[in-house]
Amino acid sequence: MVLSKQERTRNFCIIAHIDHGKSTLADRIIQKTGLLTEREMQDQILDNMDLERERGITIKSQAVRLVYKAEDGEEYIFNLIDTPGHVDFNYEVSRSLAACEGAVLVVDAAQGIEAQTLANVYLAIEHNLEIVPVINKIDLPSANPENAKREIEDIIGIPAEDAPLISAKMGINIEAVLEKIVKEIPSPQGDENAPLKALIFDSVYDSYKGVIAFIRIKEGKIKKDMRIRMMSTGKEFEVNEVGVFGPGQFIVTNELTAGDVGYITASIKNVKDSRVGDTITDADNPASEPLPGYKKVNPMVYCGMYPADGAKYEDLREALEKLQLNDAALVFEPENSVALGFGFRCGFLGLLHMEIIQERLEREYNLDLVTTAPSVIYKVHKTNDEIIELSNPTDLPDPSEIKYMEEPVVKAEIIVPTEYIGSVMELCQERRGEYIGMDYLEETRAVLTYHLPLNEIIYDFFDALKSRTRGYASFDYELIGYQESDLVKLDILVNREVVDALSFIVHKDKAYERGRKIAEKLKQEIPRHLFEIPIQAAIGNKIIARETISALRKDVLAKCYGGDITRKKKLLEKQKEGKKRMRQIGSVEVPQSAFMSVLKLE
Amino acid sequence: MDKCVGLYIHIPFCKAKCYYCDFTSFDNQNEKMAPYVFALCEEIKQYGEILQDRQVDTIFIGGGTPTVLPLALLEKILKSLKENFKIESSFEFTVESNPGTLNKELLYLLKEYRVNRLSMGLQATQNKILKSLGRIHSLEDFYNNYHLARQMGYQNINVDLIFSLPDQTKKEWADTLKYIIKSEPEHISCYSLIIEENSYFGRLKKEGKLKEASDELDRELYHYARKILTENKYHHYEISNFSKKGFESRHNMNCWKYKPYVGMGLGAHSFINGQRYHNSYNLDKYIQSQGKIESIKEEIESIPLTMQYGEYIFLGLRLTEGISIKDFESQFNISFHALFGEKVKKLIEEGLLIKKQDRIQLSLKGLDLANIVFAEFLP
Repeated sequence: MVLSKQERTRNFCIIAHIDHGKSTLADRIIQKTGLLTEREMQDQILDNMDLERERGITIKSQAVRLVYKAEDGEEYIFNLIDTPGHVDFNYEVSRSLAACEGAVLVVDAAQGIEAQTLANVYLAIEHNLEIVPVINKIDLPSANPENAKREIEDIIGIPAEDAPLISAKMGINIEAVLEKIVKEIPSPQGDENAPLKALIFDSVYDSYKGVIAFIRIKEGKIKKDMRIRMMSTGKEFEVNEVGVFGPGQFIVTNELTAGDVGYITASIKNVKDSRVGDTITDADNPASEPLPGYKKVNPMVYCGMYPADGAKYEDLREALEKLQLNDAALVFEPENSVALGFGFRCGFLGLLHMEIIQERLEREYNLDLVTTAPSVIYKVHKTNDEIIELSNPTDLPDPSEIKYMEEPVVKAEIIVPTEYIGSVMELCQERRGEYIGMDYLEETRAVLTYHLPLNEIIYDFFDALKSRTRGYASFDYELIGYQESDLVKLDILVNREVVDALSFIVHKDKAYERGRKIAEKLKQEIPRHLFEIPIQAAIGNKIIARETISALRKDVLAKCYGGDITRKKKLLEKQKEGKKRMRQIGSVEVPQSAFMSVLKLE
Repeated sequence: MDKCVGLYIHIPFCKAKCYYCDFTSFDNQNEKMAPYVFALCEEIKQYGEILQDRQVDTIFIGGGTPTVLPLALLEKILKSLKENFKIESSFEFTVESNPGTLNKELLYLLKEYRVNRLSMGLQATQNKILKSLGRIHSLEDFYNNYHLARQMGYQNINVDLIFSLPDQTKKEWADTLKYIIKSEPEHISCYSLIIEENSYFGRLKKEGKLKEASDELDRELYHYARKILTENKYHHYEISNFSKKGFESRHNMNCWKYKPYVGMGLGAHSFINGQRYHNSYNLDKYIQSQGKIESIKEEIESIPLTMQYGEYIFLGLRLTEGISIKDFESQFNISFHALFGEKVKKLIEEGLLIKKQDRIQLSLKGLDLANIVFAEFLP
């Protein structure tokens, strides 16, 4: 019997916790499928951004098309779709999963299942994906494959007895994984003669071709010169190029048909016009319904970003615009701070997304940034029944105009070794968490579920969690809604002047502690001046914490060694240069590090 | 005006490195003393020719510890200076010494070559403190050699002291000052301890193992010294320097008054013809160069005019008499007020500067915060 192309296709992704070996396994699969010589193998082909590699995470999904000759003698087409591994990119993960029929679940034989893995596996199961479990890192002395298998069966509830025991690093037993993919993951379905329905699961911006949309054809076919329509916006484009993903390159083809994974270009100028999750259809023969599940992603966390050097404002704008071309989830608009000058209010999917953007701006665009404390979006219900969505604390209306306020709440799942349950519960308690439940995964590990206000986890929750569990806890969260809360705006005054960039919104019960810590921190960060400087934390007119920076008593070099004026001059010049880099707040010079330091208080 | 020039000779050897010192000096290279002195004498010879049109008026042999050299080597240097420069008895000719390295023969040799000013590094009068600084001498060594020098006719002696030492009490500093006042040297330097990154103390500090004096205590000790020395007829003429009338260090005054000087020897700094440069800090390189000036000069810097203004002012303001606006204007032929009027006004308002007729000087508060004032005048 001759198998059709569709029957010989396997679309799948790999689900793994950070460091559990996803990229290494992907590399091995690419190697074993033999499309590449050793020399062509770039280390970890799927992660092609330096930053991602350093952090051991994948930011943008990508795909690769491979040909595998199986034991049954047939040549199979594998479309391996890479998924982002972090909660901030949850929606992107779900779209990548929607492009697959199966998922290879990689579990570290030494560490077992982690929270992120669990979240993504549940997501995969929701999408009816066939899960193929694989136990990795069996070469480690601490490997306990039986335990890992038991965890998979107990926690996820899928059989794992036959899970291949592999070492991606050492190249052990990779063929078993390939055969499992062929045998267990179903081939795609879909009628190639039906009206076109293609799912956009990712897109990147290319300065020559415009947007390159990564798509999975669910129904129908797509080819060059065809007129297509984006079903969420109704915008139409003409297809310039159709192709598939060779390892490390794009390969132009004539068409893509139902079940295929590939890309199109269509002179699309902005990634916003090819939103992840949207459905592409044939403009001349449109489908009646789009594919399910499209949603526009909205930022959850905001912060102000300012160039350290005010003259670099335009450079920052250009850099943000360029990043936005490739990242539809990044939003920004100009804002103005008394303390920091001109900058931008930027919105992100989450904390990690924010950190990645900051780092990319600093590294790839060589910008020195000052960022303000991150803020979530509060809903302010005013006495005139107007509702404001507030992402910048300085925009909070006068308390007399506020009826009540709401803050976003997330459901957090924390997997933690049992010995640390107490300290994690304590931490969640401190962060105003509401205990929902606890399940034992095994004797030594449990998953704790809490409802937590988002603003309690955007500062330093990750760090606190890590330090209290010696790095053994893993953590995942999703937004579940808003709840009314007793919130206040805390202002910081330096030498009796409010520093707008340091204002933030906080729960009333937390205001005192936070205000005190910030004042203490600023006392360390702001150098002594010729005069005494009070640092105060205030709610409205009420001062709730105070520190004092005493006046500078000594700044003199006793000696010029043997006529070495140059050395002395360099010291003075450095001092003068340092002063130039400070921000003037009234008569006080505040170093940029002070603005950043209050973000990490513990 | 630039006809005068000061000479500095650097001797980069010590018996032991003091814990606070990061200066160019070695305590384990004695076998290189002889080749070093050979190269140094070659350098002196060359400068003798280069500077033959100049009037040398001060010589300062510093270190390291010049008096750690064997007598024969020290004599070779003195002889070389004598042969290559016309040394008048009106010169100020200083040699730096460690109280633990002096003796009759050495003092006699110096005298013979017209050395007329002796600088002694005492630092503190408590043997316990001296030990904690890595000093090789005791108070008794100082006492014996100070009086020996007096007996041999040295009439201009400086004593170096340091305050804000780790664990040093107010009383210990007061005792040190009392002792020195009784000894009646003509000149006293009181240096606030600087923790240099590349010193032993610097390394201790980095490890968090150094107990530093607070700024408050440091200033208390400084102003105490100022008060008690002034009461005892010592003139406070520079941030860290005190002297009996007419015994200000001319060599250092030249530096602060923006006069030229030439440094010879390892890592020595020069300022002449509007240029700054220094010799290599590499001992082997210096020795191999056999004193050839052009092959050891490094970091030659022609000072732009705006930087010259700044240097002139910040060096001049180290002196308590400050700078004369008239002198500045005749040196640079430009209006001081136009350049710095605003800044001076601000610094006077902040209480850091004082204006007295034609002169601008640091206030008492300005003495404590001099770097803030100095930085203002740099371009």
